Amino acid sequence: MVVNEKGKLAITGVIIGVAAVVLTVLGNPGNMGFCIACFLRDTAGAMHLHTAPIVEYVRPEIIGIILGSFALSVLRGDFRPRGGSSPLLRFIIGFIVMLGALVFLGCPLRMVIRLGGGDLNALIALVGFIAGIGVGCVFLNKGFSLGRAEKQSGLEGVSMPFMTILLFVLFLAVPSLFLFSETGPGSMHAPIAVALLAGLVVGAFAERTRLCMAGGIRDIFLIRDFTLITGFAAIFIAVLLGNIITGSFKLGFSDQPIAHSMHIWNFLGMFAVGLGSVMLGGCPLRQLILAGEGSTDSAVAVLGMIAGAAFAHNFSLAASAGTGPGLNGKIALVIGIVILLAIASVATFRRRGE
Amino acid sequence: MRELDTSGFSCPEPVIMTKKALKDSPEGLVVIVDNRASKENVTRYATALGYKVDTEEGKGSWKLRILK
Repeated sequence: MVVNEKGKLAITGVIIGVAAVVLTVLGNPGNMGFCIACFLRDTAGAMHLHTAPIVEYVRPEIIGIILGSFALSVLRGDFRPRGGSSPLLRFIIGFIVMLGALVFLGCPLRMVIRLGGGDLNALIALVGFIAGIGVGCVFLNKGFSLGRAEKQSGLEGVSMPFMTILLFVLFLAVPSLFLFSETGPGSMHAPIAVALLAGLVVGAFAERTRLCMAGGIRDIFLIRDFTLITGFAAIFIAVLLGNIITGSFKLGFSDQPIAHSMHIWNFLGMFAVGLGSVMLGGCPLRQLILAGEGSTDSAVAVLGMIAGAAFAHNFSLAASAGTGPGLNGKIALVIGIVILLAIASVATFRRRGE
Repeated sequence: MRELDTSGFSCPEPVIMTKKALKDSPEGLVVIVDNRASKENVTRYATALGYKVDTEEGKGSWKLRILK
C-alpha cells in the first residue's frame, strides 16, 4: 500500500514536471511552467489589485487546479465544507507566505522547477525552506495548532470554486475588464485551453495524492515518513530531464530566468514560506487543492496570498528579477518572519495551557 | 480503550496527536478522524510503528482501532 501511494505520488510529480516544461515551451515564462505564487500574483494584477505592468494575466492554471480538485473531490465523496480554524490568522500567514515567495521569486513548486533548470539560487532557497519547515515542526511538536475546524454549509464550501468559475467566465466573455501585460512575465503564457487543462489534471492528481511541497520535508522531520517527499523528488527529476531534452538546462547562479542572487534574501524568503506553509498545513499548491475540497480556511489563506501579492507590488516589496528585493521588501520580510514566529509562539503556548 | 477524537483537525495534527497519545498508552487506542488524508496518514504512521489498524467507516468519519 505504501508502495502504491509512493507510486501515485511519483506519477503526479512526473505529470507536474512534464506540464511545467510543456507549458514553458508553449509560452509560459522561463523556469515558471507552474508557479502558484507567481500565477496568483499575475491574477491579482489582472484584477487591478496591483498595477505592476509586467505581471498581469488571469492564469488559467490556477483556475484549473482549484476546479480539478473540486471536481474530483465531489466525485469521490471527499468534498467536505469545513472552516473556522483561525481564518484571519490564516489570511495573515498566507499574506506573509506570498511576501516570502515574491522576495525569492517563486513558490516551493517553482523552487523545485528552478532547481531542475539548474538555477543554483534555488538551492540556497531550498536550504531556507527546509530551515523554515524545521522551525515549524518544532512548534508543531510542542503543540502548535490553529484550532479545530467545524463543518460548514455546502453553500460556504462551494463559494471558492464558484468564484473561480465566475472569474474564468468573465475572463473569456469580457476580457476588457482585466489588465494584461504587454511585456514581461505576465505577457508570456501558454494557450488558454492547454493551461486550463494542465491545471485541471494537476489539480485532480494533487487532490488524489495530497501532494505537498512542504509536507514531504515536514513528514521526514516529524515522523520519519518518506511518502510525500516522493512527489517532490519526481517533479525535480521530470523537470531536470525535460530541461535537458529541450536544451534549457543551465547550471549556475547568474543569468537565470526571473531570479536574483541575493543569497540571504533567497534564504529568508523561502524560510518564511516554509514556516508559513507548515503553520497553514500545506504549501501554496496544497492550499489551492484544499480550497477546492471545501476548506474555507484554505480559501481564506489563498485570499491572503492574493492580498499579499497586491501589497507586494503596490509597495515595492517584491524582488525584481536580476537585482533582488529593495529596502522595502527586506524590511517587510523581516517583519513578516517576526509576525509568523509570534503567531506560532502564541498558538503553541495557548494550546499548552489548555 | 482510550479514544482520541481528531475531528476538525487537519494533517499533520492528527498524526502528532496520535504520536503523543501512543506514548501515553502504548498498548493501543481508538482514533477518530474525519478526513481521508488523516485516515491514511494515521494508519501509515501506526503501521510503521508495528501496530495493526482496524478501520471502521462511519458517517463522514472513520474509527481507527490501533492495536499491538
